[in-house]
Amino acid sequence: MTVTPMINYFAFLLDRANWVGANAEIPQRLLEHVAYTLVTVAISAAIALPVGLLIGHTNRGALLAINVGNAGRALPTFGLLSLMVILIGTGTLPVLVALVVLAVPPILSATYAGIRSVEPSAVNAAIGMGMRPSQVLFKAEVPMALPLIFGGLRSALLQVCATATVAAYVGFGGLGRFLIDGLSTNDYAQVFAGAVLVAVLAIALDFLSAAVQRAVVSPGVRARSTRVGSGARPTQSGPTRTDQPAPTAGTSR
Amino acid sequence: MIDYITDNRSIILEALAQHVWLSLLPVVIGAVLALPVGYLAVRYPRLYQPVVNLGGLIYSIPSLALFLTLPAVLGLRVLDPLNVVAALSLYTFALLTRTVADALLSVQGQTTQAAFALGYRPVRQLVGVELPMALPVMLAGLRVATVSNISLVSVSAFVGVPNLGSLFTRGLQLDFIEPIVVGIVLSVLLAAICDVAIVAAQHRLTPWSRVGAR
Amino acid sequence: MLTLPTRTRLTAVAAVVAVLLPLSACGGDPTSTTASSGDSSTITVGSANFPENELLAEMYAQALEAQDVKVTRKFNIGARELYLKALEDGSIDLLPEYNGALLAALSPKGEVPQSVSTPDEVYDALQKVLPKGTQTLPQSAAEDKDTLTVTEETASKYDLKTIGDLKPVAGQMSLAAGPEFDKRYQGVVGLEKVYGVKFKEFKALDAGGPLTKAALEKGDVQVANIFSTDSAIETENLVVLEDTKNLFLAQNILPLITKSKVNSTVEDALNKVSEALTTEDLTKYLAKVQVDKQDPATVAKQYLSDKKLV
Repeated sequence: MTVTPMINYFAFLLDRANWVGANAEIPQRLLEHVAYTLVTVAISAAIALPVGLLIGHTNRGALLAINVGNAGRALPTFGLLSLMVILIGTGTLPVLVALVVLAVPPILSATYAGIRSVEPSAVNAAIGMGMRPSQVLFKAEVPMALPLIFGGLRSALLQVCATATVAAYVGFGGLGRFLIDGLSTNDYAQVFAGAVLVAVLAIALDFLSAAVQRAVVSPGVRARSTRVGSGARPTQSGPTRTDQPAPTAGTSR
Repeated sequence: MIDYITDNRSIILEALAQHVWLSLLPVVIGAVLALPVGYLAVRYPRLYQPVVNLGGLIYSIPSLALFLTLPAVLGLRVLDPLNVVAALSLYTFALLTRTVADALLSVQGQTTQAAFALGYRPVRQLVGVELPMALPVMLAGLRVATVSNISLVSVSAFVGVPNLGSLFTRGLQLDFIEPIVVGIVLSVLLAAICDVAIVAAQHRLTPWSRVGAR
Repeated sequence: MLTLPTRTRLTAVAAVVAVLLPLSACGGDPTSTTASSGDSSTITVGSANFPENELLAEMYAQALEAQDVKVTRKFNIGARELYLKALEDGSIDLLPEYNGALLAALSPKGEVPQSVSTPDEVYDALQKVLPKGTQTLPQSAAEDKDTLTVTEETASKYDLKTIGDLKPVAGQMSLAAGPEFDKRYQGVVGLEKVYGVKFKEFKALDAGGPLTKAALEKGDVQVANIFSTDSAIETENLVVLEDTKNLFLAQNILPLITKSKVNSTVEDALNKVSEALTTEDLTKYLAKVQVDKQDPATVAKQYLSDKKLV
C-alpha cells in the first residue's frame, strides 16, 4: 500500500484557488453549510420551544416530551435522509425536512427538562407575587430553565451540522461535498480538507453558542449546577456544569 | 413490504448482525477506556477541564469526517470495518469520560467522607462506594452512547462497510422505499432493545434507588 | 448499607458482561470480513456502487461457486477510484470492469491514444497499463456505456442528435452525473476537450442512478449521464446523444482479477459467463433489478440457469 506523505493531505486546503476568486469552492460551501444549519435550527426551535414550554409548564403530555427525545436520538440520520429523498424527491427540501425532524427532539426534551428542573419554591414565589401564568412561565421558569434549554439548542446545532455533512451523499451542497466528491475521486486532499473544515466549523459553532449562552443566561442561574441524587430524577441531560453543553442531552450525529 | 422482507431475509439479517457488532463493540471499548481516564480526571482535579474539553472537541467532529480520515491515520485498509469500530470507540470514549468524571464528582461529599471514616481504603471505597453510587449517571451516559452509535454506523455504508446502512444505499440506488423502511425500523428497534436492557441492568444494580422512588 | 454484598456485585458484573459480550459477538467472526482471503483459494468478489455492476459481480460469484470455488462478497464499494484501491491492497480479488473506462482511468490524464477505438484495440492497450499483480480475462461482447442523455422535449427543442450538437447550447444547461464524472477525462474534462462542450452547472448525484434520472425528468438538469443498459431509456423515451468522436470508447465487460487467484477452474467459469453475455440480455435482466426490484443474487441465479451456465 502506498503511503502518501502528510504534506499532500493539505494540498486542497493550501490551494489559494479554493479560497479566493469567482469559483472558490471553500467559502461557497462554508456559507451554504452555515446557512442551512442555522435556518434548520431556527425552524426546529420555532416548533420545539413552544411545545416544550407548554408541556413543561402544564406538565400535561410529559410522556410525549420525554419519549420524543429518546426516540429522536434513536432515528438513524442517514436512514431518515434516504427516506425523505425517496418520498419527496431530489433537491434541498427533503434534506431540510429530515434535518428539522432530527433537530426537534433534543430541543423539545431539553426544554421540557429545563422547565421541570426549576425549583418549585421559585415558581411558588412567583405565583405568590401575583404573576399570571404566562408571566410565571416567561419571567420565572424560562430564565431558570435556560441552561438546559441552551443545552438542547446546542445539541441540535451540532446534530444538524453533522447531518448536513452526510446529506452531500444525496446531492446536497455544504462542506460534505468535499468529503463525498473527494471520496468518489480518491482525492484524499479534498476529503481531508472537508474533514478539517467541518470539524473546525462544528467546534466554532459550539464555541459561539457557548458564548451566546453565557451572555444570555443570568449569572445567578449560571452558578447553579444540577444536583443528582438530591431527589430530582436524573434527566436525560445528566449532571452538567450549566455553562457547558450537555453532550448527554443527546446527540446522535 | 412483506414480500420484500421474506425475499431478502438473509440480506437483512446479515446487515443487522454486522450492525450489532459494529455499534456495540465500540461501546464496550469506549467504556472500558473511559473509566480509568474519568477517574483520573477526578483524582487530579487539574486534569478535569482539559479532559472535558478534549472530549467535547472530539465529540463535535462530524462522523463522516472521522470515518474518512481515520484509515489514513491508523494505516488500515480502505474497506476495513475496524475503521468504524475505531471511530465509534473514540466517540464513546469522548462522551463517557466526561460522564464518568461528572458522576464520580457528584458522589463526593458526605458519602465518601463517611466511607473514609468507616475505614474504607481508597480502592475499596472506589469500587464499593463511589462507582455503585455513580452508576445511574454513568448508565444514563451509556444509554446515550449506545443509541448514538447505532445511528452512526449507518453512515459507514458509504464506504462499503456492510450494515443496516447498506439497506439505505440499496434503496437510494433503486428508488426503492422498502429496504429504507426496514432499515429504519430495525435500527430503532435495536436502539430500543439496548436502551431497555441497560435500564433493566440499572434497576438490578442499584437496589437502593428502588426504595421510596417517586 | 453502602457496600453491595459480594454475591450481588459478582452477579451484576456477570450480568453486564453476559449481556454485552454475546451482543457484540453475534455479528459473527469480525475478522472474517477484514482478512484478505486468508485461505489462498478463496476469491473475494467486489463490485462498484451501482446495481448493474453488482448483478455482474453476483454472476461471477455464483459461476465460481458452481465450480466449488470459495467466494466472499464485498459489494457496493464505491466508484472506480475507490474500488481499484481495494483491489490493489488486496481487500478484493475480482470484479467486473468495462474495458474502455478502465483504460481511461489507468492512462495518464485519462487520455487514450487516438488510434485506439475498437474493442480489441482497447483490450490490447489495457494490458499495458494494468496495475501490478492484476490481469484481465477475455472480454465479453456485452457492453454498457456511459451516455449523455436528454429528454425527448430537450432533444427536439434544440435539435440534438449527437454530443457535438450540445456545443452551442450547453452553456445554458445543467449536467447531472456521479461526483467522479466532473474530474474524469471520460466525463466533464473530455467533453470540453474533445467536443468543446462546457456546461453551466454540474450536479453531483448518483452515477446513472434514480437521483440523476429524477433530476433529468423533473427538469432540474437538461443532460444526464445514464448507462446504456438502463431500461429507463426505452420506457421514459429518453434520447441518447451519439458519441461521434468516440470519447466513451468501447465498454466491453470483462473480469479484472488478481493474478495469484487465477487458475484453470476460475478462468473457465468466468470465460463461460463472458462468452454467453450479450448487451440485450444484460439490459433485460438488469431491468428485473432496477424496475421489478428483485434482488441481484436472485436475478443472477436466474440468468445463469436460463443460459445453462451452471
